Amino acid sequence: MLGLNKRDFRLLIIVLLLTLGTPFLLQPFAEGTELAKFNAGYPDLMQRIAIFGIFAMGFNILFGLTGYLSFGHAAFLGVGSYSAVWMFKLLSMNVIPAILLAMITAGLFSLVIGYISLRRSGIYFSILTLAFAQMSFALAYSVLTPITNGETGLQLALSDPRILDPVNNTGSLPLTNIFGLEMNAAVKIEMLGRLYTFSVGYYFSAAIALLAFYVSLRIFRSPFGLMLRAIKSNQQRLSYTGLSTRPYTLAAFVISGIYAGLAGGLMASMDPLAGAERMQWTASGEVVIMSILGGVGTLMGPVLGAGAIKYLENIFSKINESVLQSWFAFLPDGLENTVVWVFSRFTGDGWPLTLGLLFMLVVTFLPGGLVEGGQRIAKLFKRDKVKPDGENNDEDGAKHKPEPTPRVDE
Amino acid sequence: MDQIILQVINGLDKGSAYALIALGLTLIFGTLGVVNFAHGALFLIGAFCAVTLQRILNISAQTVDPTKTDFLGNPAVIKTPYVELWFGPEMGAAIIDWSVPLAVLFAIPIMVAIGVIMERGLIKHFYNRPHADQILVTFGLAIVLQNIIKQFYGASQISTPSPEVFRGSFDFGVLLGYEANAIIYPYWRMIYFAFSVGIISAIFAFLRFTTFGMVVRAGMADRETVGLLGINIDKRFTIMFGIAAAVAGVAGVMYAPINSPSYTMGMDFLVISFVVVVVGGMGSLPGAVLAGFLLGIVESFASLNEVKSILPGIDQIIIYLIAIIILLTRPRGLMGKRGVMED
Repeated sequence: MLGLNKRDFRLLIIVLLLTLGTPFLLQPFAEGTELAKFNAGYPDLMQRIAIFGIFAMGFNILFGLTGYLSFGHAAFLGVGSYSAVWMFKLLSMNVIPAILLAMITAGLFSLVIGYISLRRSGIYFSILTLAFAQMSFALAYSVLTPITNGETGLQLALSDPRILDPVNNTGSLPLTNIFGLEMNAAVKIEMLGRLYTFSVGYYFSAAIALLAFYVSLRIFRSPFGLMLRAIKSNQQRLSYTGLSTRPYTLAAFVISGIYAGLAGGLMASMDPLAGAERMQWTASGEVVIMSILGGVGTLMGPVLGAGAIKYLENIFSKINESVLQSWFAFLPDGLENTVVWVFSRFTGDGWPLTLGLLFMLVVTFLPGGLVEGGQRIAKLFKRDKVKPDGENNDEDGAKHKPEPTPRVDE
Repeated sequence: MDQIILQVINGLDKGSAYALIALGLTLIFGTLGVVNFAHGALFLIGAFCAVTLQRILNISAQTVDPTKTDFLGNPAVIKTPYVELWFGPEMGAAIIDWSVPLAVLFAIPIMVAIGVIMERGLIKHFYNRPHADQILVTFGLAIVLQNIIKQFYGASQISTPSPEVFRGSFDFGVLLGYEANAIIYPYWRMIYFAFSVGIISAIFAFLRFTTFGMVVRAGMADRETVGLLGINIDKRFTIMFGIAAAVAGVAGVMYAPINSPSYTMGMDFLVISFVVVVVGGMGSLPGAVLAGFLLGIVESFASLNEVKSILPGIDQIIIYLIAIIILLTRPRGLMGKRGVMED
């Protein structure tokens, strides 16, 4: 169905159910209990997970399939945000035209940058994209202030024309909506001592994320996706067979740029402002970390990575010293203070430190990310079942396969 | 004309920092073939070695002076740094005043140790993995180091003044026959420039004129053959990594008075120094130095008001623009060898 085989269709259904159930899944603990701080079922965070999921999915189409490591993807996200906010200012508060424009401008922008950057590969490609992104960032901060509003960031104003919308006499800023349904509208239901929030913004982002997931699933399974993987495994051999790889890599680059623009547009739809810091290279680094942590080159990996990072970020920043103090209150005083001091370095403000350590560990020991971790655990259970009836288990078989030779770019 | 001279010398101090960082990056890349994204963090640690030494020297003994009172009427507490107690007030004050130059000596062993630990503990395991993995793990390390610094020293800039003697400015214009104050240049920046030239020459002399350097150069050219000759090249490359870390570190120490260090300075310099390495040519030591100074000077020219009025915003992007043009037209950079990291 939908041009997918049975297995992929099942995967899509699972993802659909997960996105529908997110408000329940992220709210497992009752309100008012000690564990309630691990809940994450409020719209803001869920939207962020969906949006960064889209961003990471797009990045994965480029890096996961072709192996080109871009360090400048945040530029496309920033461009998407700016164009969406401009659409809100000039045309209408409806999010549809804003998101469409965000995708178009990000696509065009990535076409130009990709056309130039893809003339080189390996580290040079990374540095070219980095240079372009830093240039966009610097320009957005300084010269392009009429368009980007510099340091303050682009915001809505009461005096904006908004030609399609009815005249606004309320004296307050209008809200983003989709055909009249406001993005921050939400239905709250109290059940079993838990407060479930079903917000329009989250379901809108989730629907788009699902669509984005479907497209990336189709790309992964298409001959085009196969071609991209061939480029990753051996570009030289492809060239020797008389194929030009450039159109393929460029297409992948533009697609991932459009994904980033879509994420930027959505971000602006949820909160209509855009700032230059979204384009900084550390923001590009974040999406790299998300994809790697989840499992680069896999379908679900980037989404998982984005979800895990945004969730943990939220939890970790909530754990401050007094929370730690209450956790370790059972320890003797001197020890308690030491333990709290050590832990407080890694929580609250220290979240980037934890993230960096986590990222290093994953790159070193688990290059396939969370997905590979899951597979290894699954294999562990499988092997236990197989072991009794013979030696012919997976590990033995793997030994006879040729070792994958390390890829050296020189 | 005086404007041109002024911009050239203005570019020299930033160019010196670029050149020193890029030199270290190139040393690591040339010997071990590793693209080290954590190099900016080493520069950062160097700058915070200066901060640390300044704080250590200012550790004070507290004595209560009953004859004086503070504004609340309590007996005044007088803080005297221990160095002043041990070495006498004048000598002690001088030591504190000279804390930045002294921090160079303090930083070298620390940086070498950090470098060696980094190479043996982490980067060694990444030789046989793709360049992308090396970039990623060192990028992660850079985040970790940066945030460790942030956790211990906070997020604000910490002022680390240069010694009193060097705080003034030197009037260059008078020497060249211009009127007074036409071309003035702070003493410390001159010292930074001289210092970096000294370090760069020392590195080149070390590689050129010592047996150790000769072996390292041979190893850079053909690691395998050198290994087959029975030389433990890995050990030497580890030491070179330590030296490269120390170069970045002392560059950071001496830069501290020019720009008060904060935890983001590593990342700020990292991106630019990669651009410098690429412009100079991947793996070329003279290229890295030349490109460092060149880009420093070009950047300071671009910030001239005359240039900015023709091309607004050019000062912000000139370095990246040059990098893009160089990469597209001459991918091996100014002085790079053919075939290094080319496709």
